[in-house]
Amino acid sequence: MAPLNYYLVLSAVIFAIGVAGVIVRRNVIVILMSVELMLNAVNLTFLAFARSFGSMDGQVIVFFVMTVAAAEAVVGLAIIIALFRHRRSLDPREMQLLKW
Amino acid sequence: MTLFIILAVLTVVSSLLVIFQRNVVHSAVALVAALFFIAVLFLTLDAPMIGILQVLVYAGAIMVLFLFVIMLLNPAALEPRQIPWWTLGSAAALLLVFLLMPALLNTVAPRQAAPAGPGFGSPELLGQTLFGSFVLPFEIASVLLLVAIIGAVVLAKKES
Repeated sequence: MAPLNYYLVLSAVIFAIGVAGVIVRRNVIVILMSVELMLNAVNLTFLAFARSFGSMDGQVIVFFVMTVAAAEAVVGLAIIIALFRHRRSLDPREMQLLKW
Repeated sequence: MTLFIILAVLTVVSSLLVIFQRNVVHSAVALVAALFFIAVLFLTLDAPMIGILQVLVYAGAIMVLFLFVIMLLNPAALEPRQIPWWTLGSAAALLLVFLLMPALLNTVAPRQAAPAGPGFGSPELLGQTLFGSFVLPFEIASVLLLVAIIGAVVLAKKES
């Protein structure tokens, strides 16, 4: 097993790629996929610390994160389908009904 | 160590492909690859159960759902690249990594972990922890999944 810091740096890089994806992409589905990428980077951190401290708690929390991610993906995609039905577009710039 | 570096490079490359591909389906396939490499990284951290769950739940269920929605909506054109946003996004990501780096390189946790105890990461120990000290969050998670199922059905239903 590689040292803990390597895993932390790798997961920071993956998280940053996810952040960049949310900022730069103009498609709500890809934005949702970038959020999944960020959640996975955090899971990697949890598992690296769990291994480092020899505690199972981190692995159980990853289990919960995956549950929440599944729920988030399902509800997010349902919202996207409902939005697409009204606006015929996946571009977040056109979803500005509440924008000041 | 060599395994970690190979996996890290593969994971970062496929993650970058997720945000650089202009076709949504290609992005989704790159994300499947990234999730799979992350699952193998989980295996190197003595978490076989979580690694298998990652492949089953993410690559198997969530990504199929994503691809299904992409096919259903059939987004027409490739999205155009907007240089200002790409500059801002890359700058934000680089800034985030450089701000996190000092904290990540000086952790209080033991750098080189002790050998894992017997059964560490096994389904048996995971289940005992889950139904021992985490039994209340587990029940709440089941309610959350129920809410998500009902919410998805209500949201995606055609308005009558």
